[in-house]
Amino acid sequence: MRNVILRVKERFVSISVIFVTAIFLTVFLLVEDELSFTVLMLVGGGLFYFVKRRDCFKEVIVFARQSRYGFLICIFLALLTVLIILRNEHFALFMIASVALYSTVCFGLTIQLGYAGLTNFAGAAFFGVGGYAIAVLSSENFPDILSVLTGGFMAALVGSVLILPILRTRGHYAALVTIAFALLFKTFLELNDTLGGPQGLKISSMNMFGWDFGKSFFGGSFYLNYVLFSLLVMVSIFTLTRLLEKSWIGLHWDALRIDEISSASFGINISSWKILAFTLGNFFIGLSGALYAKMLGHIAPTNFTFGDSLILISIVILGGIGNPWGVIPAAFLIIVLPEKLQFIQEYRLLLFALLVILVLLYRPDGLFKKALRSFYRGWGKV
Amino acid sequence: MGNSLLNSQGLTVKFGGLTALSDLNFSLEKGELLGLIGPNGSGKTTCFNTITGIYRQAAGTTSLLGKDITGFTPQQIYKCGITRTFQRLRLAVALSVFDNLLIGDSSSLNTNLFFNLFQRSKLKQEIEKKINKVKKIISVFNPALVDKLYEPVSKLSMIDRRRIEVCRALISDPKVLLLDEPSAGMTQEETRDFMNDLHEIKTKSPDLGIILIEHEMNVIESVTDRCIVLSYGKKISEGSFKDVSRNPSVRTAYLGED
Ligand SMILES: Nc1ncnc2c1ncn2[C@@H]1O[C@H](COP(=O)(O)OP(=O)(O)OP(=O)(O)O)[C@@H](O)[C@H]1O
Ligand SMILES: [Mg+2]
Repeated sequence: MRNVILRVKERFVSISVIFVTAIFLTVFLLVEDELSFTVLMLVGGGLFYFVKRRDCFKEVIVFARQSRYGFLICIFLALLTVLIILRNEHFALFMIASVALYSTVCFGLTIQLGYAGLTNFAGAAFFGVGGYAIAVLSSENFPDILSVLTGGFMAALVGSVLILPILRTRGHYAALVTIAFALLFKTFLELNDTLGGPQGLKISSMNMFGWDFGKSFFGGSFYLNYVLFSLLVMVSIFTLTRLLEKSWIGLHWDALRIDEISSASFGINISSWKILAFTLGNFFIGLSGALYAKMLGHIAPTNFTFGDSLILISIVILGGIGNPWGVIPAAFLIIVLPEKLQFIQEYRLLLFALLVILVLLYRPDGLFKKALRSFYRGWGKV
Repeated sequence: MGNSLLNSQGLTVKFGGLTALSDLNFSLEKGELLGLIGPNGSGKTTCFNTITGIYRQAAGTTSLLGKDITGFTPQQIYKCGITRTFQRLRLAVALSVFDNLLIGDSSSLNTNLFFNLFQRSKLKQEIEKKINKVKKIISVFNPALVDKLYEPVSKLSMIDRRRIEVCRALISDPKVLLLDEPSAGMTQEETRDFMNDLHEIKTKSPDLGIILIEHEMNVIESVTDRCIVLSYGKKISEGSFKDVSRNPSVRTAYLGED
């Protein structure tokens, strides 16, 4: 016990930074009117400046590196606090689950764009394939956990139709193929009556091994079910994505993304590695789409437009291409900020454009630049 | 002819109306260092790109130890045991030295999805073995590079980058090594270091056949066993450097006289 207290003392600064951030984000999720939003932004800016001046962020990173478990426990407790405070706030919880699922989608896109160099402008379409798959299956009395996986498989399967044209074309043309698909997908949905046409489909709420997601979670909002499950999915897919990066597979993807000719000259089969990245990425995207559709309870073609695909790609770029760590804060910014800026209406888009330009100007590698690969913990230390 | 390591007959490459290589015959023996020289644009790099399957030949055949490898993909060529360096370096400068070298050994890596994701302790063992292998190879060239194994290639000097490229080509223990102007951009001192490296390679792997493209004539003179001179895609002379350099048509080709 004394040991724990001593260690907490040693890490006091890092722990406070984590908890203050958590509380700040909680309040951020809760504010509605413009006055409190402005005040909060000013307070946040001040806090950020203060923390940055004292190099506290560095201490947090040192904390994460030196005592991994202590850091994870700390994050877990901070998250728990947030969820307890927000237990009855439907909208805030919905936002958190959305951020988790959009992040998961962007891990898939990170594998495609960041690792293998495949630009996929049809992220929202594959997200939609997962959603529609589960919508069709939930009227069939099919176990929900399997339906979620089926959503992933369907997205991967539909993606395999695009693989041939993508492999045959190069650079920007491959991106054009995905744009064409994204546009076609929405039109296809609108014209397809068995899939509900423009009205879309209703979906029953998730039910897993008797755990009914439609019911209140220990007295809190039913959204808590989705939040917890989405976070679980996000953490799992994040772990898989990082493991891929820190393996021979990540090395092969990096090699062919950077230089196809030299990779080919060293025996790397470009096509099969691209197929693997595209398929795995789409699987993760479809899986999140299925879960997202379950949470919404209703899907329609307007959820899966080309514009949504662009938002997904911009999350990946903002976070730092190829760095799954950056995806989570970027997803938070891009998903939550527009909701909070409702009061300036369509000027939001202007602000969004400004944000993109600022990032491209001052942080061309995104908020968090991809680091060198370390294959395992303690990599490179003699 | 059947016994030579690498053998090309009638190699012809065309880019539209331009014949970059015309009816080239040559062979390379085990343990031989063959110099490939000629003025700018005479087709030397094209020759490498054709042997390694990056360009398609309009005519001609290539065989390795008697086996026909004409029309193979670059991947197949690599697996047969022919590796190369590039005239303009093609290293992944954003990746670490270790990563770059391992790209050269890609076919020996276990790329099974399950193994890479879930058998991490076995993967770690494999990686540690590779670290030792890589260290052994680069310490032959420059022992100081061993300490830079985990640094990005972008931080290395020109000569060290060239060395890494050569190591990447050597790590898979090939039968034929193709070096495309390895001394380009080096100072005289660095070039001398590099010639020592070449001697080192020859003593370490006595069976390795090397073709060297080089503009630096003193390098060619001191390291090659035999030379081929190209001009406008045609072989105009072949023999020891001494013989070749005395050949009047070679002099005209280099001095640009008619
Ligand atoms: N991909 C290509 N497309 C069209 N023409 C090409 C291509 N590659 C090479 N050539 C042409 O073929 C000829 C031979 O070029 P190559 O690069 O083989 O010369 P080189 O002997 O390596 O010259 P250098 O000493 O300058 O490297 C040149 O005229 C070049 O312009
Ligand atoms: Mg050349």
